[in-house]
Amino acid sequence: MGVEVAVEGLGKSFGRQRIWQDVTLTLPAGEVSVLLGPSGTGKSVFLKCLIGLLKPDAGRILINDTDLVRCSEHTLYGIRKLFGVLFQDGALFGSMNLYDNVAFPLREHTRKSETEIRSIVSEKMGMVGLSGAERKLPGEISGGMRKRAGLARALVLDPQIILVDEPDSGLDPVRTAYISQLLLDLNAQLDATILIVTHNINVARTVPDNIGMLFRRELVMFGPREVLLTSEEPAVKQFLNGSRIGPIGMSEEKDEATMAAELAAGATMVDEIRGVPPQLEPTPGLPDRQAVHRRRARVMRILHTLPPAARHSILASLDSTDRFAR
Amino acid sequence: MTVKQAFPGQAALRQTGRLYALGLDVIRCTFKRPFQFREFIGQFWFIASVSLLPAALVAIPFGAVIALHLGSLTEQIGAQSFTGAASVLAIIQQASPVVTALLIAGAGGSAMCADLGSRTIREEIDAMEVLGVNPVQRLIVPRVLAAMGVAAFLNGLVSVVGVLGGYFFNVVMQNGTPGAYLASFSALAQLPDLWISEIKAVIFGFVAGVVAAYRGLNPGRGPKGVGDAVNQSVVITFLLLFLLNLILTTLYVQVVPPKGA
Ligand SMILES: Nc1ncnc2c1ncn2[C@@H]1O[C@H](COP(=O)(O)OP(=O)(O)OP(=O)(O)O)[C@@H](O)[C@H]1O
Ligand SMILES: [Mg+2]
Repeated sequence: MGVEVAVEGLGKSFGRQRIWQDVTLTLPAGEVSVLLGPSGTGKSVFLKCLIGLLKPDAGRILINDTDLVRCSEHTLYGIRKLFGVLFQDGALFGSMNLYDNVAFPLREHTRKSETEIRSIVSEKMGMVGLSGAERKLPGEISGGMRKRAGLARALVLDPQIILVDEPDSGLDPVRTAYISQLLLDLNAQLDATILIVTHNINVARTVPDNIGMLFRRELVMFGPREVLLTSEEPAVKQFLNGSRIGPIGMSEEKDEATMAAELAAGATMVDEIRGVPPQLEPTPGLPDRQAVHRRRARVMRILHTLPPAARHSILASLDSTDRFAR
Repeated sequence: MTVKQAFPGQAALRQTGRLYALGLDVIRCTFKRPFQFREFIGQFWFIASVSLLPAALVAIPFGAVIALHLGSLTEQIGAQSFTGAASVLAIIQQASPVVTALLIAGAGGSAMCADLGSRTIREEIDAMEVLGVNPVQRLIVPRVLAAMGVAAFLNGLVSVVGVLGGYFFNVVMQNGTPGAYLASFSALAQLPDLWISEIKAVIFGFVAGVVAAYRGLNPGRGPKGVGDAVNQSVVITFLLLFLLNLILTTLYVQVVPPKGA
């Protein structure tokens, strides 16, 4: 089963520039979470803190009772073996072809023979739809392909925590749908804890069990998907609608004056997207997602603390699954 | 960079500290198995191929200039017979290690820094760390060792070419006598002169390698950051080299008694 990642009071600045502060959230073991946020709010920085590439200024990151922020280099290297990470641009090794890139972790950390390696690599390359591109160099393929190859490399050691930085950017909508499905299928197969950073509203609405959003140097909220999807919080609503109306501006944030002016000018939301669409299911034939059951138990325990809209939506979805089961 | 400045020059001190830390890390990781043999050979070949020809081309005029200059000086003070010894010692002990190091830093180090810098901004180094592989051991150690190896090897080459150049110019242009040139050479030069030359070259190679690696691993943001890093790595290496050369030369003069004194 996946591992729980608990983040407490995390803060990070670069010199005078504060990126975010006081971020507290728990990625529940084995569940899929999504982190949303406008460009430049420090989502990638957050991922890098989670794997110890950047050192936060404050707070703790607990994995298996070890604090990543304060542990020794040696412990850190050990804990990283739990992770599979897809960087925003794939981060493939430019001097190796795709095959060697994907085989790299196997060659470094296992004593598998070349034949075993070949079969694992071709399986993973097949999963991300890159069979036949093994001999290409990273410089010779498209950005979307680099991303998929990066994902194959991240998966090759069967990680327990998978961090994915924008799996959808640079991918067409169809490939994005495949990747979303792939991530859910992986969750069903490996029961790994998955965190996806994305701007893609569709991915956010249909893939995760939990959603969080970074905005204005803070974590606006983090919780079961229903909470964010039914939220009346202006920034969250604006983001989920991909609309110009709201507190998020072209630069990091708009001021009240611009916002008031826009409202006065009669700008209204067109085609408002609301409600909680059903979550994607693993491909038929795969095992059930254990996370679904665990999450239901967890959410029921905290149900009374959730806002009414979220509560209704959760109960409604339970009803429908129960009816379905009956 | 990360914290407020407590006193002026703190940033520079911190950079220096981190440079030293990387140097120590390189030494520590050198003894860690498995040694990256293929990377080492590849880098050795690469650094040698970019610095070999320029080194040879620089060595001839350098040897000649020193020989000519010393030739006319020694003539003025009536010590022609020592031209050979003086120019050979100057070439082997000073000119050759410095020329070698400048070329390694200028040709090999800058390419190395650019390569590491672009890997850093493409997040390859981060990815490697996340995959549980130490980039210092994997990438930096072979490069630094290659720079040291090529430095030792080039130093030998530059010495030979420089001495031959000096001999040619002294004998042909200044009508020196071959016999006197060689005799004075064996009268004053000694084996430690050759050793210090090689030791210097190897240390300079180490410095050039570590500085290039340090700047390559810590470039500014974006492609412009990499360009700046390459530029700075060469300048920093040059500064450090001349300082180190002064220290090493002083030590040598103090420690090893000159022959015939
Ligand atoms: N190594 C660094 N040094 C200094 N500043 C940095 C560094 N890395 C990131 N930043 C700054 O942190 C902020 C957040 O960057 P980050 O890449 O995390 O944004 P993001 O939320 O991932 O955006 P996007 O959605 O566009 O990828 C930016 O303003 C960036 O300039
Ligand atoms: Mg990002």
